Amino acid sequence: MEYFAQQMVNGVTLGSVYGLIAIGYTMVYGIIGMINFAHGDIFMISTFISLITFIALLSIGITWIPLALLIVLIISMAMTAVYGWTVERLAYRPLRASFRLAPLITAIGMSIVLQNYVQIVQGARVKPLPPIIKGSYTLMEKNGFTVQISNMQILIILTTIILMLAFSALISKTSLGRCQRACEQDQTMAALLGINVDRTISLTFIMGASLASVAGLMYLLYYGVIDFYIGFVVGIKAFTAAVLGGIGSLPGAMLGGLIIGLVETFWSAYFSIEYKDVAAFSILIIVLIFMPSGLLDKPEVEKV
Amino acid sequence: MSEQLSWKETPILDVQSLTMSFGGLIAIDDLSFQSGRQDITAIIGPNGAGKTTVFNCLTGFYKPTRGRIDLIHNDHTRHRLEKMAEFRINNRARVARTFQNIRLFSGMTVLENLLVAQHHQLMRASGLTIGALLGLGSYQFIEKQAIDLAKYWLDKTGLITRADDLAGDLPYGDQRRLEIARAMCTQPLLLCLDEPAAGLNPKESNILSKLLLDIKHQEKIAVLLIEHDMSVVMEISDHIVVIDYGRKISDGTPTQIRNDPKVIAAYLGVDEREEASK
Repeated sequence: MEYFAQQMVNGVTLGSVYGLIAIGYTMVYGIIGMINFAHGDIFMISTFISLITFIALLSIGITWIPLALLIVLIISMAMTAVYGWTVERLAYRPLRASFRLAPLITAIGMSIVLQNYVQIVQGARVKPLPPIIKGSYTLMEKNGFTVQISNMQILIILTTIILMLAFSALISKTSLGRCQRACEQDQTMAALLGINVDRTISLTFIMGASLASVAGLMYLLYYGVIDFYIGFVVGIKAFTAAVLGGIGSLPGAMLGGLIIGLVETFWSAYFSIEYKDVAAFSILIIVLIFMPSGLLDKPEVEKV
Repeated sequence: MSEQLSWKETPILDVQSLTMSFGGLIAIDDLSFQSGRQDITAIIGPNGAGKTTVFNCLTGFYKPTRGRIDLIHNDHTRHRLEKMAEFRINNRARVARTFQNIRLFSGMTVLENLLVAQHHQLMRASGLTIGALLGLGSYQFIEKQAIDLAKYWLDKTGLITRADDLAGDLPYGDQRRLEIARAMCTQPLLLCLDEPAAGLNPKESNILSKLLLDIKHQEKIAVLLIEHDMSVVMEISDHIVVIDYGRKISDGTPTQIRNDPKVIAAYLGVDEREEASK
């Protein structure tokens, strides 16, 4: 029971990170109907931006951790957003009138480009970051086993909840959100109502990239090691989460992320850690075969 | 004659030698017409005459092969529609249109449909959404104005009680009127309607005629209309342009059009013997 509770905490933490990335997949799919396979690598780039910014801040003497983290977050979100925007502008927008598979292929190309770019510029070695946020709370203690939640896990879960709430408000209440939903349903009609469709799509990529960069910072702080290849596996798992939740649905992406995080954690805990990726991807296959529209497929509601 | 001069002298829309060809097919051939500032102008013609193609050129959906389209604002600034992007035709030149088939955002509420149409003003006021999320006063003020405008049009179209329903759940006739309300919420100077009465029963098309006359008299907005329902056309339009095979065959007041033998020939076909005896 205690072991189960501990895995639950770990699973929810991991699921939060997947959920934040999955939103980027699901939003882009909603608005232009393509899978942005470079999104995982955008996430990977954001971890590097965070790491570099962090080291730079420490070296100029900003050592008060909350301030440093805030600056890292802002810089990382801004720079990752620029990457997200650039990828869309260079690789997808010129192909918008082309056949459906064309942007999918450039997305895979973009993914390879970004991976190799980071590998060349930053090297292929694993980059470490010593634990910055330490300490933990004991939730319960029984039979000599303690269930703990670390400050880092609290930070990840809280940040995710806050971002999800802000994000849902943005989509359902603001003019930009309405406009994204309108573009998703009928781009021609949206344009005829005076909406700049290209800019709306760009903003969608920027928002997805910013959320991925938050996930990137969390990942960096939580695991402490990154390399140029992490974007692939994490990205595909987040994609699985988006498909599981019903691609195009925002709450679905979050729910899917949670489920994938939990499945992976429990599988590692009770069966074998070597096969955790097999467990996660089996879900992708099962979902695609038996319910291709996912868990929360309500196209009318909250779909971007 | 003085009546006729109203669209010649102060047109809001001036189409000159518009030509649109798709490969070898010429859909519109050297079409010129004007549309008056205070008028309801109807474009009529048999099926396949090129009416919708004219609309598609006006609203940036097609780039015309030749010709120019000027939209002239009250302060005499001219906007060359054939050179503008779709969303600028709406928010800069201020032309709004509806389609033959209903294209509402069916997954959004009726009110949201009308607010989307006011996105341009709202986006500017919201400081790219950041202001909206923080709930700044200036944004709330603009949003209230937007909701007021939406309610004004819901009231006019008789849809005020359905404001929070999904647009896709409305009956057909209501959806048609909602499309017009949405187009009007973009605050256009020229409203282009592609067969607004299609599929409406006589009662509903009567309500539609009243709405269009109201837009003309109360709002002082010029209306350009494609319509097959002749009772609607003859009842409300001030000026009719008849096209067939992409060419203009007649242009004038409803009375003139009704008595023009070329129009009758195009609609009913010409008796071969009669043709031969000419």
